[in-house]
Amino acid sequence: MRRPVARPAWELLGPSLVVVIVAAVGTLASSPVEFQFRSVLVNAAIVVALYTFVGNSGVISFGHVSFVAVGAFAAGLTAAPADVKPTTFPELYGFLQDVHVGNAASLAIAAAVGGVFAFIVGIPIMRLSGLAAGIATFAVLAITNNIFRNWERIGPGAKTLSLIPETTGLLQAAIGLLAVMAIAFAYQKSRHGRMLRAARDDPPAARASGVNILRQRLFAFTLSGALAGFAGGLLVHLLGFISTTQVFLDLTFITLAMLVIGGAGSLWGAVLGALLVSGLDSLLAEAEKGIGDVSFPSGTRLLTLGVLMFLVLILLPRGITGGRELSWPFRRPAAARGVEPTGSLGEVHATLRQLLRRRPEA
Amino acid sequence: MSWLQSIIDALALGSQLALVAMGIGLVFGVLRVINFAQGELITAGAYALLLTNDLPVAVSIIVCFAVVIAFSLAMEFAYRPLRRVTPAAALVATFAVSFTLQSIALLVWGSQGEAINFLPKLNQAVEVGDLRIRWVTIATIGVGALLLAAMALFLSRTDLGLGMRAAAADFQTARVLGVRAKRVIVLAFVLAGILTACVTLLVAVQNPLATPNYGFFFVIPGLVGVVVGGMDRLVAATAGGFVVGFATSFVADRIPPDSRAFLTSYIFGFVIVVLLLRPNGLFGRRRGAERL
Repeated sequence: MRRPVARPAWELLGPSLVVVIVAAVGTLASSPVEFQFRSVLVNAAIVVALYTFVGNSGVISFGHVSFVAVGAFAAGLTAAPADVKPTTFPELYGFLQDVHVGNAASLAIAAAVGGVFAFIVGIPIMRLSGLAAGIATFAVLAITNNIFRNWERIGPGAKTLSLIPETTGLLQAAIGLLAVMAIAFAYQKSRHGRMLRAARDDPPAARASGVNILRQRLFAFTLSGALAGFAGGLLVHLLGFISTTQVFLDLTFITLAMLVIGGAGSLWGAVLGALLVSGLDSLLAEAEKGIGDVSFPSGTRLLTLGVLMFLVLILLPRGITGGRELSWPFRRPAAARGVEPTGSLGEVHATLRQLLRRRPEA
Repeated sequence: MSWLQSIIDALALGSQLALVAMGIGLVFGVLRVINFAQGELITAGAYALLLTNDLPVAVSIIVCFAVVIAFSLAMEFAYRPLRRVTPAAALVATFAVSFTLQSIALLVWGSQGEAINFLPKLNQAVEVGDLRIRWVTIATIGVGALLLAAMALFLSRTDLGLGMRAAAADFQTARVLGVRAKRVIVLAFVLAGILTACVTLLVAVQNPLATPNYGFFFVIPGLVGVVVGGMDRLVAATAGGFVVGFATSFVADRIPPDSRAFLTSYIFGFVIVVLLLRPNGLFGRRRGAERL
């Protein structure tokens, strides 16, 4: 039987199409609203980066925003004009003061630094699972924030790093997100991705089949860290300024909420969750600033997200997509579906199909 | 600063976090969930004290206890469905509850913080030789010792306490052996509420500025203590809370001031090391290690 090519490709093309549509709608919007569209796309890039590790490994991470932070500061510090850095940040290491690179180079640096940082952190932490992993990754987040806030040789300290070129327009945000999605998809369909997914669903069986779980997790963590760093670069070029509080608990909470609400098990879940929740988030953020005469008090945003996230976790523990990839919305004609086998073999086939259609429990 | 001074201060923070950790450990025992939102119980208590600023102290204390226990029971109700989801999802869910409660506080009171006027006299210090000891420090150590002793007696000498320890060790088996599951769960949350309310009173004296994340950052070290000590046994969790509290305060006192800013990094670095070397905690039993 011939395997239809369109199906697996659609799992990437479908979500990509949605992203392109969102970006296209964004071009029609007025300036402040257009900023929200860009922000939604960048948030989605962060969530897909987070998904690359959490979704494939099944290990929770509260620490990915540290890679976003590392990427954001790397891109921000290298792209900020060299003539103002010595005066605003006199403590900074000399090479960080002198360096000044363009947009693309700063994004590449962000990805590289994020990946290297994730690799180093991952070597010890990837040994842990479950609650211990949750606490350990939270510890990474706390340490990263603490160091950036206080070690003024490598970060802005308590100050805000500003004057970063605002190069993340709709085009860069969309292309950046599509690139992150393509890499995440290529990874999950690769040998490595499949081995890690096997380890997620049944660790002993995976180990018995020769999967080195530690190595596969570390690979995913590093890739995911590099993507998160890159997304951090997009973020800093979107905002034009960055401080340590912007890449700490709130962002961790919001990105986790997006992933969980969408469904951590699939790329489609990550993208859909990010676009929907981030859209809602942007709407509420605007509402807090005031739409017309009505303005919602500050805190509405996090309150809504918190309640929504809790409800989804209880009612749909696998997210609104159920952890499934986007399926081709049109039924293929009967002829293309192949002839049904008959007789006892046919019954076996039917049973197998039913079994395969039923997803394994989480 | 003398060593004795550092030790006394460290004992105070150690006992506070031991009480917090015991509360988290009680909840973990019956629910298998690390409750990120435990800190919001303290925040709720702090705002209760704030609202009763003008009333007599006794009323303040009663209201604080009532509010904290009520919130704890509300959490028990909210967390019931979490038994069906994976531990990671449950952890994220409590994180969501924590953020939800914080944003409610933000909506009502704003982020600036408001002054609690609760027994400010206790914050004054007495001088003994070259020691400067605040009354609240003495009260903390006393209350801590008393509560821990009472809990130890309750858990080892009463049927309910025994049932609770059995539930913490192995919930299903305990149930099969006739431990009343519902009663034990509710009791765990009530006890956690009582312990947390006591901590709230002590913390409110030392830090009289109520903010939406008042309890969150205070409880994080306690939460860490539970993991460091060992989640499977209440004694281990409590001891873990004490160790983290003691170490935080002691190290902060003894290291040079310019590296004090990095205290958070040292503590969390220590946590990662402990998790790697002893995934079941410093005082936990060696069994079923979740480590590759």
